[in-house]
Amino acid sequence: MGDVLKKVPVREQAPKVRAANFDEVCLGYNKEEAMEEAARCINCKNAKCVTGCPVNINIPGFIHEVKEGNFEEAYRIISESSALPAICGRVCPQESQCEGKCIRGIKGEAISIGKLERFVADWARENGIKPTAPAEKNGKKVAVIGSGPSGLTCAGDLAKLGYDVTIFEALHEPGGVLVYGIPEFRLPKLDVVAKEVENVKALGVKIETNVIIGRSITIDELMDEEGFEAVFIGSGAGLPMFMGIPGETAKGVFSANEYLTRNNLMKAFREDYDTPIVRGKKVAVVGGGNVAMDAARTALRLGAEVHIVYRRSEAELPARVEEVHHAKEEGVIFDLLTNPKEILVDENDAVAGMTCIRMELGEPDASGRRRPVEIPGSEFTLDVDTVIMSLGTSPNPLISSTTVGLDTNRRKCIIADEETGKTSKDGVYAGGDAVTGAATVILAMGAGKAAAKGIHEFLSSK
Amino acid sequence: MYKILKAGKLAGNIYEMVVEAPRVAKHCLPGQFVIVKMDEVGERIPLTICDYDREAGTITIVFQPIGASTEKFTYLKTGDSFRDFVGPLGRPSELCEEENLEETRKKKILFVAGGVGTAPVYPQVKWLHEHGIDADVIIGAKTKELVILEDKFQAVCGNLYITTDDGSYGRSGMVTKVIEDLVTTEGKTYDHCVAIGPMIMMKFCCLTTKKYNIPTIVSMNPIMVDGTGMCGACRVMVGDEVKFACVDGPEFDGHAIDFDAAMKRQAMYKTEEGRALLKLREGDTHHGGCGNCGGDK
Ligand SMILES: Cc1cc2nc3c(=O)[nH]c(=O)nc-3n(C[C@H](O)[C@H](O)[C@H](O)COP(=O)(O)OP(=O)(O)OC[C@H]3O[C@@H](n4cnc5c(N)ncnc54)[C@H](O)[C@@H]3O)c2cc1C
Ligand SMILES: Cc1cc2nc3c(=O)[nH]c(=O)nc-3n(C[C@H](O)[C@H](O)[C@H](O)COP(=O)(O)OP(=O)(O)OC[C@H]3O[C@@H](n4cnc5c(N)ncnc54)[C@H](O)[C@@H]3O)c2cc1C
Ligand code: SF4
Ligand code: SF4
Ligand code: FES
Repeated sequence: MGDVLKKVPVREQAPKVRAANFDEVCLGYNKEEAMEEAARCINCKNAKCVTGCPVNINIPGFIHEVKEGNFEEAYRIISESSALPAICGRVCPQESQCEGKCIRGIKGEAISIGKLERFVADWARENGIKPTAPAEKNGKKVAVIGSGPSGLTCAGDLAKLGYDVTIFEALHEPGGVLVYGIPEFRLPKLDVVAKEVENVKALGVKIETNVIIGRSITIDELMDEEGFEAVFIGSGAGLPMFMGIPGETAKGVFSANEYLTRNNLMKAFREDYDTPIVRGKKVAVVGGGNVAMDAARTALRLGAEVHIVYRRSEAELPARVEEVHHAKEEGVIFDLLTNPKEILVDENDAVAGMTCIRMELGEPDASGRRRPVEIPGSEFTLDVDTVIMSLGTSPNPLISSTTVGLDTNRRKCIIADEETGKTSKDGVYAGGDAVTGAATVILAMGAGKAAAKGIHEFLSSK
Repeated sequence: MYKILKAGKLAGNIYEMVVEAPRVAKHCLPGQFVIVKMDEVGERIPLTICDYDREAGTITIVFQPIGASTEKFTYLKTGDSFRDFVGPLGRPSELCEEENLEETRKKKILFVAGGVGTAPVYPQVKWLHEHGIDADVIIGAKTKELVILEDKFQAVCGNLYITTDDGSYGRSGMVTKVIEDLVTTEGKTYDHCVAIGPMIMMKFCCLTTKKYNIPTIVSMNPIMVDGTGMCGACRVMVGDEVKFACVDGPEFDGHAIDFDAAMKRQAMYKTEEGRALLKLREGDTHHGGCGNCGGDK
């Protein structure tokens, strides 16, 4: 047995190797490693880790079963609280959630809760353990808009309660950001996402792709003409922001969403798929979140030299620590305290470079973070041929603008009750990024769960 | 899967298909478009809705193979299916919205259609005809064989002017010449123009109508991916504002569009696509020319 203060190391593809392929970076624990890591957990009575998990998974409970080798029981315990463990185990920002609260973390390293959760979920999948559809249906129809984590969770929970649930998805593939945003090398599409979607279908949920609510059909029509008694909106926050600097419509400037969608959803990185992608030689990714890291590491794998351009310092990078670490290992260059001013274009309107300015951190702003301010006269030109804007996203107004009586706030987010997901429109519930603005998978799941409960209460009392 | 109930050629290399898509057919209006994905590995290709039948639940699309993806569409026959067919996307044409009807009735309207752009003009003219408005239409084509839908237009429009670049049918010369002739020597006046066709045609139409102060709407066809407002690939400059053509358009005020920038942007993937086309046509026998495989060295 190794040092109990340290995590059992997880096997990963070597940085040099993985920088040239799209296979999953992290290989996960095997049985022995998982049991050894589980043995480090001291099974706290008043387990703080649980309070750090937005869906309150019984962490000591499932880890205890892993330690004993009862993986099926561990899976059952996780399933009580989470519908997508193979995904959360991979993409949750554990360091600021469950693992951030772990007692072990005070003196040494926290328990690898995420990696253990992933192990259990992968084990269950490999051993063919699936949720089963409830025997009795209650005959009530509920529509779910969007097949991201919030929609899948809400649909799954309602199906378990006996509802007849249909998910409507605008794209041709279900999964939301899990399929179009987060890359293959972090979250395998066929082996993980598609399987979790299958599990939701196994509960009896129908998924209708290629239906864009607000255009193909409206919420009112779903309720008045197609007999849906309640609707959950989990349409995400897909609308990309741009900086508004000169040169932004030039050829070679992409939103991270476009770049990632071409590569992930449309599989542009594979020879056998038709969708093209610009393989830049020198790429600047503007921003410092998970999305920026994903775009940067994708561009790197497509063969480019990649710079992350971020206006604050390393400490403020909003991305998961693990992603920043992986990006650095793979060779992404970090230009911190740097802000773009203008994208330079050539005679064909293609990117010919980017003028940037150096920044320093000034006084803290309203959010408590130190505000970056420009250093006068420090402009310089970054030699790049491709720029990927990763500045955040906001909810798409298509649904709110086509649904009478659905209130939104100033940021175009749908207003919904946190406990129940209830919106200003009767029978209509909402959750996930559509309500909060861009957040995390697990928060979206939590909101989907809460709304399923809210919808169940509403329809039971009707 | 979305079944192709009819597939055939309209003329030359212009293809027409009638596709079963009840949800789209129930809600679409002229001016809107669909995104079609042929199979698992296919691209998402935007195509304008050229006709629809609400009862039968069908949509008609018309296209001209110009690259690898549209070329692949031509392999499909009656009875085959598209894997994906989503819509209606974009905003309907302002002319074809019930609430604008009263305003529209007061206008003298001219449609200018170029090449394969003739097909998307048809549902607009037809809709107006069904609402008691007969608009004049100019159809421009390279040569006689490429004039499409003449009879169908004849049945629903006011005056129909056909012109061919080579003078083999109808008038002779570009559509812009017809606009000029109508307005300057044939005593016509128009308060509203809609121009749909190749980007270069729309550009010159707008320069012409600007001279005569005729407000002009064009239908932009930038590169698109999702068509739902999620990727920003379709952004066009309208005046000094950035618009997403898939949700804010595709129809915009043509006098405010920067066509030169739009045309440069549209050429973005030409080289990559050129390679895909080579691969498709030559298959395993392909050896060089694509700049990619090194076989020509
Ligand atoms: C690149 C990237 C990386 C990320 N990395 C992480 C990470 O590592 N960890 C983490 O916790 N979070 C991460 N996130 C954030 C996380 O993915 C989101 O917070 C989460 O997916 C939100 O879930 P959702 O269900 O609310 O919406 P989404 O996942 O956005 O799903 C919404 C779905 O609704 C569909 N839709 C939208 N409008 C309509 C309509 N009108 N009709 C029908 N369907 C519609 C969309 O097509 C989409 O499929 C990342 C996000 C991105 C973009
Ligand atoms: C709203 C809209 C409506 C359209 N309606 C029609 C129609 O009714 N009939 C028709 O024949 N064509 C129409 N087009 C154009 C059609 O989508 C393109 O011709 C097609 O995408 C070209 O793909 P390709 O691979 O065959 O050709 P290529 O020119 O080789 O395509 C190369 C790449 O660039 C993109 N691309 C190139 N040109 C265009 C373009 N003009 N528009 C969008 N993407 C482009 C393609 O997606 C592809 O990734 C429409 C486009 C839009 C945006
Ligand atoms: S769901 Fe996320 S936060 Fe909760 S235990 Fe799992 S990894 Fe931690
Ligand atoms: S806080 Fe850490 S040690 Fe305690 S139960 Fe949770 S995971 Fe185990
Ligand atoms: S096509 Fe993606 S935003 Fe318009």
